[in-house]
Amino acid sequence: MTLFGYRVPMMASLLVWCVLWEIVGRLDLMFILPPFSDVLAAAVDLVQLPSWQSATVTTLRAFLIGMLLAIAVGIPLGMLMGRVKIADDLLGMWVNIFSSAPLSAIVPVLMILFGFGENTIIAAVFLFAIWIIVLDTRAGVRHISPSLIEMARSYGASRPALYGKIIVWAALPEILAGIRLGLIRGVKGVVIGQLLVAIVGYGALFETFSRNFRMSQFWALTIILFAFALVVSALIERAEAKVEFYAGVR
Amino acid sequence: MAAGTEVDRAAGVASLSRSAQAGRLFEKPVVLRLLSIGLFAAAWQIAGLIPVSFAFPTFSSTMAAFVRMMADGSLPAAYVSTLQPLVLGVVLATFAGVGIGTLCGLWRPGEWLLIPVFIVLQAAPVAAFIPLVTFIYGIGMTAKTLAVIILALPVIVLNTYKAVRNVNGSLLVMSRSFMGTRWQEVFKIVLPDASPVIFAGLRLGVAAGFVGVVLAELLITPTGIGDLITFARSRADYAGMYATIASVIALSTVTLVALQWIEVRVFRPEKRGG
Amino acid sequence: MRAAVVRNEAVMNEPAADAIVEVRGISKTYGGVEALRDVDLDFPRGKLTSLLGPSGCGKTTLLKIIAGLIDADRGTVAVNGKKVSAPGPERAFVFQDFALLPWATVLRNVAFGLELRGTAKEEREAIARRYVADVGLAGFEDKYPHELSGGMRQRVGLARALCVDADVLLLDEPFSAVDEQNRRKFQEDLIRLRTNQNKTFIFVTHSIEEAVYISDRIVLLSPRPGRVSRIIEPDIDRSGDPDRIHRDKHYLDTVEEIWQGLKQYVE
Repeated sequence: MTLFGYRVPMMASLLVWCVLWEIVGRLDLMFILPPFSDVLAAAVDLVQLPSWQSATVTTLRAFLIGMLLAIAVGIPLGMLMGRVKIADDLLGMWVNIFSSAPLSAIVPVLMILFGFGENTIIAAVFLFAIWIIVLDTRAGVRHISPSLIEMARSYGASRPALYGKIIVWAALPEILAGIRLGLIRGVKGVVIGQLLVAIVGYGALFETFSRNFRMSQFWALTIILFAFALVVSALIERAEAKVEFYAGVR
Repeated sequence: MAAGTEVDRAAGVASLSRSAQAGRLFEKPVVLRLLSIGLFAAAWQIAGLIPVSFAFPTFSSTMAAFVRMMADGSLPAAYVSTLQPLVLGVVLATFAGVGIGTLCGLWRPGEWLLIPVFIVLQAAPVAAFIPLVTFIYGIGMTAKTLAVIILALPVIVLNTYKAVRNVNGSLLVMSRSFMGTRWQEVFKIVLPDASPVIFAGLRLGVAAGFVGVVLAELLITPTGIGDLITFARSRADYAGMYATIASVIALSTVTLVALQWIEVRVFRPEKRGG
Repeated sequence: MRAAVVRNEAVMNEPAADAIVEVRGISKTYGGVEALRDVDLDFPRGKLTSLLGPSGCGKTTLLKIIAGLIDADRGTVAVNGKKVSAPGPERAFVFQDFALLPWATVLRNVAFGLELRGTAKEEREAIARRYVADVGLAGFEDKYPHELSGGMRQRVGLARALCVDADVLLLDEPFSAVDEQNRRKFQEDLIRLRTNQNKTFIFVTHSIEEAVYISDRIVLLSPRPGRVSRIIEPDIDRSGDPDRIHRDKHYLDTVEEIWQGLKQYVE
């Protein structure tokens, strides 16, 4: 949008909302909505607490392990489905079902299978993130122009070379898009998992804050989480922008 | 349209992943689909027989539990309580979301003010809000409905917005050349042209709504399907628990497939049978 | 004997006997690029005039300014003596990319111009049926655009433009997205339609053969900035067998003459 001849960046409107939040908070209309400045102050205090620091370490560790597993399993699975028809026929249906299924219902199962601890959170992240990675990788592999593969064959590329030098790179834009969407889903998985388990990491903090009506801290934690999700997504987007130039010319 | 693509990517409504999915459930030959289901059931049965865990029932005992719970009425009763807020929330989110998305797609100040908020809500784990909802609205129907709306609205808004923004420009010029009014442009060109992406958003919204309602029931309001899952678990009735969870996933899948069928039948006549 | 009457600039600016569209002093600049400079042109009523030139000569821009889809920086366009600056009922446009509604049948697409004007359903469909038949698509009324070939889709676009009963039809490279065989057939049909419909056609093309084959009058535009360089009136008898035209001496000479003139603009 342009205002008085200047181009105002789109995300700048979030500042307007923060100001509005501050005003509504100051009016003291709802106890659940403290002024934005209080929330920021609470966030500054929060990051200095050892309980927050240890919760963050726990949460990040679960998130990273879960994501690495999802990527490590998802990409080969997606490639398999993209290249082998029978695998696609047999697995495609289930990947599609799970990619849009209410996975929050499965978390209680994970809790009994993996115990009330970090393993459940890792499993939740994995389960939330993997399907979209598989789907996008498959789409990327399907998108590769057949002539590119025929070219590799005609120059005598071995099977590993075909996958390592052609297929991975040609499908990279879609794979990265899948990983980015997987990360967003993974963040949701970690939060939902921790909310349900409620004794690990941020879930425990959320539980404490909301039970004791410590609203500034509750919001501070929420904002930190949101910021984390957006930063992760923005970082992958930058990586995507680097490969996008050839997405169009393949 | 730089802003449009920026939004797509930030919003997580990647067109390629959706197109990869669109129509898949329809196209596969029935035999292969049955074979796929059969193999899944067999794998489940074997894993249950080993067993992988004391809490992992076989496929057959899960199915038996499903039949039992259907017969004694506990499952249907739970669904009555779960589906009310789900349907209500999805309908409200659909109207609000398509309205807001269309507005933002057509009106720059609205886009500037609202779209960033929905981008943040779409990328962020809004599930964290669900405990908060109970503070204001208690643990009743309202809280569950709100949970559904919170999760479903952003994706519906962003898909609608994206579709309206990226409407086929040459059709708009055509409408102008035949002196179409702004309203005719919106209702005869923009919305029909945007409808496939809007419908994709609705399907994602419904999927998110299922997540929201189940989450609300597991977290805050011990009613419906969520309560049935928790209750079965507390009694160590793992078959009953798995049956309930499988039924939710099956129901959400069937709903999504049905939505797609309705879309093609009712709104996209040119895709019928083609 | 010359195959074409070549006019010089002085004659060009003289108003034609019965000009339905008058373009006066049109200039247009796009982000620093001068697309059109000071264009004066008259389009005689009931004739088919082609705007011909290499890419970048502003021919489509000029057509869209006449259609009222683009605003000129300077200059005026008058249709039937009245100045116009927006689309109007006396002009109808045929689009290069067809611009058909993918979700609507052939019949609804053809009637769409009338639908926007608020014509009642039965009336507009009756009119549309007639023009669907006129462009040779009878039997395809209930098909959807994706079920048609490129050539058939453009017939739908043409029928839609005929339907609103405009005096002037503006065609923007209508055959560029149509394959060669269909294009030939379509050009023949256009010649026939022009005789029957008694309308004025303004036709943008980059194909010399196409322009000479179908036009009463060819306006050659030179690029950067777009200006009128010559006006040619091919003297070709189109009454007989259409295939004969392609072997006609006048036809071949005119094509060659235009090519010699345009050659300098091609890199």
